[in-house]
Amino acid sequence: MIDVQLSAVLKSREDTEDPAPFKPKLRVRALDFYYGNFQALKSVSLDIPEHKVTAFIGPSGCGKSTLLRTFNRMYSLYPDQRAEGEVLLDGENLITSEEDVSLLRARIGMVFQKPTPFPMSIYDNIAFGVRLFERLGRGRMDERVEWALKRAALWNEVRDKLGQSGYSLSGGQQQRLCIARAIAIRPEILLLDEPCSALDPISTAHIEELIYELADEYTVVMVTHNMQQAARVSDWTAYMYLGELVEFDVTDNIFLKPKKKETEDYITGRFG
Amino acid sequence: MSAIHSRNPVYLARKRRNVVMLSAGGCALAFGLFWLAWILLTVVLEGGGALLRLSVFLEMTPPPGSDGGLANAMVGSLVMIVIGTSIGAPIGILAGTYLAEYGQRGWLTPATRFLNDVLLSAPSIVIGLFVYTIYVKQVGHFSGWAGAVALALIVIPVVVRTTDDMLRLVPNSMREAAVALGCPAWKMIVTITYRAARAGIVTGILLSVARISGETAPLLFTALNNQFWSTNMNAPMANLPMVIFQFAMSPYEDWHRLAWGGAALITFAVLVLNILARSLFARSQYS
Repeated sequence: MIDVQLSAVLKSREDTEDPAPFKPKLRVRALDFYYGNFQALKSVSLDIPEHKVTAFIGPSGCGKSTLLRTFNRMYSLYPDQRAEGEVLLDGENLITSEEDVSLLRARIGMVFQKPTPFPMSIYDNIAFGVRLFERLGRGRMDERVEWALKRAALWNEVRDKLGQSGYSLSGGQQQRLCIARAIAIRPEILLLDEPCSALDPISTAHIEELIYELADEYTVVMVTHNMQQAARVSDWTAYMYLGELVEFDVTDNIFLKPKKKETEDYITGRFG
Repeated sequence: MSAIHSRNPVYLARKRRNVVMLSAGGCALAFGLFWLAWILLTVVLEGGGALLRLSVFLEMTPPPGSDGGLANAMVGSLVMIVIGTSIGAPIGILAGTYLAEYGQRGWLTPATRFLNDVLLSAPSIVIGLFVYTIYVKQVGHFSGWAGAVALALIVIPVVVRTTDDMLRLVPNSMREAAVALGCPAWKMIVTITYRAARAGIVTGILLSVARISGETAPLLFTALNNQFWSTNMNAPMANLPMVIFQFAMSPYEDWHRLAWGGAALITFAVLVLNILARSLFARSQYS
C-alpha cells in the first residue's frame, strides 16, 4: 500500500509540477502561534506526508522551529506561549486534545538542536524512555537498546561502553544517541530541530544518511538552516518567512522551479 | 604611523590601571586571609591540645576544678543537628523544587523567593526567640526538640535557596528532551533534573549543616544546656556552642581549655563538611 503511494509520488515528480498526491500524517490548518503578545505563526496550513522527510527552511526567526514545536505541544511547558488553530493527527486536533500530552509526545519523538544526553549511562539514556511505557525484562530491554543504537548507526562505536556516561561521547555521537533514544520508544513521527547545527561535517553526513533511512519507517519533519541539507535529505520542503508559509512543495520543485519570487530569492541567496 | 605600538598612551594607561587594580585586589585578599589564618591558628594552638586527650570524647562536662570532657555536648549537638537537618532538608528541597519547576506564573514564586531571602538573612537569635515563644513557653520547659526545630528553621531557607538555584541551572533543553519522550513532569524532575542538580543540592544541605553546627543563639532559648548525659529530647540538652559560650565566659582555667577544644572540634567538622561539599561539586562538573 505504501509502496504504491511511493511510486505514485515518484512518478508524479517526473510528470508534473503540481504537488503530488500523498497520504498526510499531520494536517495543519490555520495555525496561529503567540509568544506573549508576539504572533510568531500566521495562519499556517500544510499537510505533512507520511513516511517522507519534510524540511522547513527559512531565515532565523521565521517560525520554522515554532511550527515544529507545536506538533508535540512543547510550547505548553511555557505559560506565555499559546497556539490556536488545528494540528490534526489521525483526525484529532492536538491543540485542543484532552488526551494526556505525555501520550501524544510518546507518539511524536523529538531531537533538538544541541545534543541533550541525560546524566546517566548510555544504556539508561535509551532505556529511560522505553521504561516510561513498557515493562521489558532485562533481555528484551537489551535487545531494544541494541536495536535503537543500530538504527541510529551508533552501535559499533558504543557496544563496549554502554555503562559509561552519555557525556563521554563526542557531539556527533551524543546527537545519534538522542536519535536512538527518540526512536527506541517507536514513535510514529520524528521531529528534528536543526539536528546537525552543532556538528562537524562528518557527523552531519552520518546523521543525514540516517534521516534518509529513517523515512521508510517514520514520518520525519526537520527544521534546518542549511538549504543544501534540505535539498539533500528531504522529499518535501516548506519555505517560511516572518511567520507565514510562503511555499510548500516537493523539494525538487522548491529548489529547481519555485513558484514564488520570495522563495527563489531565498534559495538563490539573494536574500537571507 | 599606526596607533598600535608599545608607547601608545592609551595602552600604557591601561597597563598602569591594571597594575593598580591588581595590587588593590591582592592586598584585599591578603588582608582577608591574614585574619582567617590567625583565627584558625589560634583555634588549633589553643584547642588542638585539648582534643588530643581521649577523655574529651568520653567524659561529661565537669564542674569547675575537676577533670572532664565534652561527650554530652558532642552527642547533644549531633542529635539536634541530625534531627534539625532531617526536618529542614526535605522541606527545603520540596519548596525549592516548587519554586524552580512549577512556580512559573503568578505572584507566589517571587513572593516566596523574597521572603525566603529575608529568612535566610534573619538573625538567628530571632529564630531562637520565635521557637521559644511558640514552643518552649507553651510546654513550659527547654528541650532538645525545641533546639532541633530552631535549627530546622535555619536549614530550610538555605536549602530552599540552593535547591532553587541549582535546579534553575539545569538547562531547559534537558527538561524538553525528557518531556519530548512522553515523560510526565514529576518523573522528569525526579529522574532527570534532580540527577543533574544532585551535587549542588547535596552541597546546599552540607553547607546548611555546617551553618547550624556553630549556631549558639537559636539554642540559647530552646535547648539551653545540660551538665549531664541526656538523650531525652523533652529535656534541656547539652550542645557544643552553648558549652563553649558558658565555659569561655567562666573564670576557670580548665573550663577555658575545654571551650577551646569544643571550638576546634566545630571548626574541624565544618572544614571537613566544606571540603566534602566542594569535592562533591567539583566531581559533578566533570561527570
